Amino acid sequence: MLSDTICALATAAVESGIGIIRMSGPEVIPLASKFIRSRSGKPLDISETHRIRYGYVYDGENPLDEVLVMTMRAPKSYTGEDTVEIDCHGGVLMMQKILEVCIRNGIRLAEPGEFTKRAFLNGRIDLSEAEAVGDIITSQNELALKASVSQLRGAVSDQIKKYRARILEDDAYIEAALDDPEHISLDGFYDKLKQDVDEVKAGVDRLIATADDGRLLREGIRTVIVGKPNAGKSSLLNVLVGTDRAIVTDIAGTTRDTLEEQINLSGVSLSIVDTAGIRKTEDTVEKIGVDRALKAAEEANLILYVVDASVPLDESDDKIIDSIKDKKCIVLMNKSDLKTVISEKEMHDRTGSPVLSISARARDGIDALENLIRSMFYHNEINFNDQVVITSARHKALLQNASAALREVQKSMEAQMPEDFYTIDLMRAYAELGYILGEEVSEDLVNEIFAKFCMGK
Amino acid sequence: MGDVVEESYDVVVVGAGHAGCEAALACARLGLETIVFTVSVDSIALMPCNPNIGGTSKGHLVRELDALGGEMGKNIDKTFIQSKMLNKSKGPAVHSLRAQADKQAYTREMRRTMENQEHLKIRQAEVSELVTEELGNGKRRVLGIKTTSGAVYHARTVVLCTGVYLNARCLTGDLIEYTGPNGLRSATHLTDSLKKNGIRMFRFKTGTPARVDKRSLDFSQFEVQKGDVPIVPFSFSTDASSIQKEQVDCWLVYTNEKTHEIIRDNIDRSPMYNGSIEGVGPRYCPSIEDKVMKFPEKNRHQIFIEPEGLYTNEMYLSGMSSSMPEDVQYKMYHSMKGFEHVHIVRNAYAIEYDCIDALQLKSSLEFMDISGLFAGGQFNGSSGYEEAAVQGFMAGVNAARKCQGKSPIVLDRSQAYIGVLIDDLVTKENHEPYRMMTSRAEYRLLLRQDNADLRLREIGHEIGLVSDEEYQRTLRKKQLIEAEEKRLRDTYAGANEAVNKFLREHGSAELMSGVSLADLCKRPELTYEMLQEIDPERPSLPYGVGEEVGIEIKYEGYIRRQMQQVEAFKKIEAKRIPEDIDYYAISNLRLEARQKLSRIRPENIGMASRISGVSPADISVLMVYMEQFKRNKA
Repeated sequence: MLSDTICALATAAVESGIGIIRMSGPEVIPLASKFIRSRSGKPLDISETHRIRYGYVYDGENPLDEVLVMTMRAPKSYTGEDTVEIDCHGGVLMMQKILEVCIRNGIRLAEPGEFTKRAFLNGRIDLSEAEAVGDIITSQNELALKASVSQLRGAVSDQIKKYRARILEDDAYIEAALDDPEHISLDGFYDKLKQDVDEVKAGVDRLIATADDGRLLREGIRTVIVGKPNAGKSSLLNVLVGTDRAIVTDIAGTTRDTLEEQINLSGVSLSIVDTAGIRKTEDTVEKIGVDRALKAAEEANLILYVVDASVPLDESDDKIIDSIKDKKCIVLMNKSDLKTVISEKEMHDRTGSPVLSISARARDGIDALENLIRSMFYHNEINFNDQVVITSARHKALLQNASAALREVQKSMEAQMPEDFYTIDLMRAYAELGYILGEEVSEDLVNEIFAKFCMGK
Repeated sequence: MGDVVEESYDVVVVGAGHAGCEAALACARLGLETIVFTVSVDSIALMPCNPNIGGTSKGHLVRELDALGGEMGKNIDKTFIQSKMLNKSKGPAVHSLRAQADKQAYTREMRRTMENQEHLKIRQAEVSELVTEELGNGKRRVLGIKTTSGAVYHARTVVLCTGVYLNARCLTGDLIEYTGPNGLRSATHLTDSLKKNGIRMFRFKTGTPARVDKRSLDFSQFEVQKGDVPIVPFSFSTDASSIQKEQVDCWLVYTNEKTHEIIRDNIDRSPMYNGSIEGVGPRYCPSIEDKVMKFPEKNRHQIFIEPEGLYTNEMYLSGMSSSMPEDVQYKMYHSMKGFEHVHIVRNAYAIEYDCIDALQLKSSLEFMDISGLFAGGQFNGSSGYEEAAVQGFMAGVNAARKCQGKSPIVLDRSQAYIGVLIDDLVTKENHEPYRMMTSRAEYRLLLRQDNADLRLREIGHEIGLVSDEEYQRTLRKKQLIEAEEKRLRDTYAGANEAVNKFLREHGSAELMSGVSLADLCKRPELTYEMLQEIDPERPSLPYGVGEEVGIEIKYEGYIRRQMQQVEAFKKIEAKRIPEDIDYYAISNLRLEARQKLSRIRPENIGMASRISGVSPADISVLMVYMEQFKRNKA
């Protein structure tokens, strides 16, 4: 457990000047030496302790980033193990890429709190801090799980579940035949298995590819604008995006009807999801719009709830208020330039969230909004940290492991190994996909065998 | 009141089934004064269900037991009437030996071995009470047992192997008989005494099919099933040439739609469906009514017809376990081809019995809270003769070692199927009779039946149940294997015409340059045996050696990968959890984890991680806490 080498971002995953990636473990120097080289691509000796070297991170044969590398040999490091830190340029995308290079070179992503845990187990942190270590593991783990589950909602997790079910069914079939060869025959099973393995592997590989495209969407504080049609959501988005302090990138969303905008408010990244695509006023369609907004809101780190202050609240507002009651939220009373029928106090009492009056059209109150978001972020009120990035890199790493395991199955099949050899890697693929969903393996196989096959005596 | 009989022993074994016999023999052979109790001396090592030993994964257990110095393998080698290696077309890890036994001969031979064993006494009596004393702190120590006659037997350790006899009742339709298997008397007193000692009990259920008269069957309707030639013995001590003999046939027949219709029409008369059975039955050994109801898409099920012995006409119908009433059983059988005139000798029946929640045991099979009390076999919630025997053996060995002041022998999951079996029993919640399966063994490529001696002879020798001579033989085998593997790696086949002709003939790619014989052996279409043709310098080697070399070379890559997994496994298995740890004091553990860990009390971090409901984060927290604990003590 403590013998492998781990990596993680040591700085927050937000746009900043410098990012630090920390790696630790007994094999860290040989592993890191595989991708940290000199400017010209020659090997770089990073074995000397407490010395900073200048070099490049290489992705295969291509230089990726210009970096500073600091090695701290055991026991004089934070974890008490050999440690290497990379100071790289602080772009979120760049840090993510470097992490992936680490993973590809056999350095696994750290579990939540793992650096601190190692520091403690290696005697680098004293007893009085031990309680805190436990707290960190527990809380970080919950966060990681939450982040992981929210990222996986919907189509992707459904797909992974389907792949797992297919793998398990095939594996159980082989196992059942091994345990009860006189009743269950594997004749003709090879072709079905081959098709399943090929298709599942192709599917997993497709997911890995989309992980590259979709990654940016998951970066930054996931901010969702909700509100009834005509409340002024689009105007607000336009104002936020159009402000000269914001950097804007347009990326088509993973779902057809939302658009995500990546903006940066003085160092704070926001990924804004506009749910305002529905404009028709017939009741049913409006209902769909509200439902979609609510679903997006569930996964948000921050909600901007836009209320048209010039018309009274109605059932749709009740529904929105109810669904965001546990969320970090800012209520924006829009159209403050018109005659208002709802007061700020009333909205605050109903939602428990800070309320700002703005006029998106007149650009009134936008500075105050930006200040409020920044202040919430720096005071850690917004539940956002590097978990979001970590888990996505984590998912990708797990998908790659699963794909590699399935490749082993294909190789065993090509080499005409007996069926029981396939099961070793089939179950490995099953387990890797399970880690993405946070599901255990333990008794699944035995249960599947008994559920699907008529065994024995 | 007159005087009661009072005797003293080192070890008392309760029950003389497959677990009890191994336990008693192990203890006596280790020099401890041992007495074994049975409700009927005539039922020593009885096989009340299937007439065979071994089978998938069970064959592994018997081999392992034999390597450690157990008796089952030797006894079946003396009494088998047909032998077969199952799964031969599959990988070496799942090859499994199974032998049909002459049931009476099996019982007779085991009884003879037991009766002539030094330091061992057999006593027919029902044990009614466990005698213990309070040690404080919720712990007790065993002092001996009492029988229904009031006799007292003092003992330093007691091994419970009561099988399916505690409060047993047999059900055939609505007919309930309060007996053990085969109408033998059940043991009705001990459960209460165990409960008084704080032991948590379960009620499990299993079943057996009918036995029918051979003369009433039309064998022309069945497919014949022959034994293997040559016969491979179970025991590593048995000389293969001494057991080649004439074998009996088994037969195969199928149920049909008519049979299934009869079952469906009468399903409300099956006690398992109408609710009169409370015990939990095994999923892997379903009754015929279970199979028909659960798998409606199958229009037939296989039934194997197996002789119960050489000197009886009774035939066992494997696959027809049932608790249907007698008249329905007749109708079911009559619907099958060749069974039109069948005569039933014994009805199929379901049996319910008391067993323990094995989570109360340590890996040594000693009760966590009752010092000196050990348990093995179906009493622990397992099923099958082989599962019982290996547990009885381990419980017996550890009971003996306790008397001798030695530390217990515990096999882990990477060493043996026995380790997998016991670890599963003592760490995982078990709601049905537990059966060994190859799918339960994570490292099965290493845990093959062919290498059980290489894996375990040394431990058997250390225990003291494997003679120096047998141990030396294993060491010699190891040396021969290593030497031959080295020779294959160092010997090159040249790219000459003779070699390429050989390769062409076997559909294998020709050589452009020299390649080691080991590398050739790895080609899917070639085997070690085939290569003999182009390997003139091959020494003449015993069968077992060649087999081992072939497997280890051919599957080297896979074996190496499993060994790496084992290394990681061993590391966390070595992190021992202090016995007096208070999980409720660890505030960061989730409540479910605290409850589970407190109840199961895993001995190391590896075991803890296998408990369902204990998450990886809980394990991290636990490791941090243990380090804290250690430093506090230091």
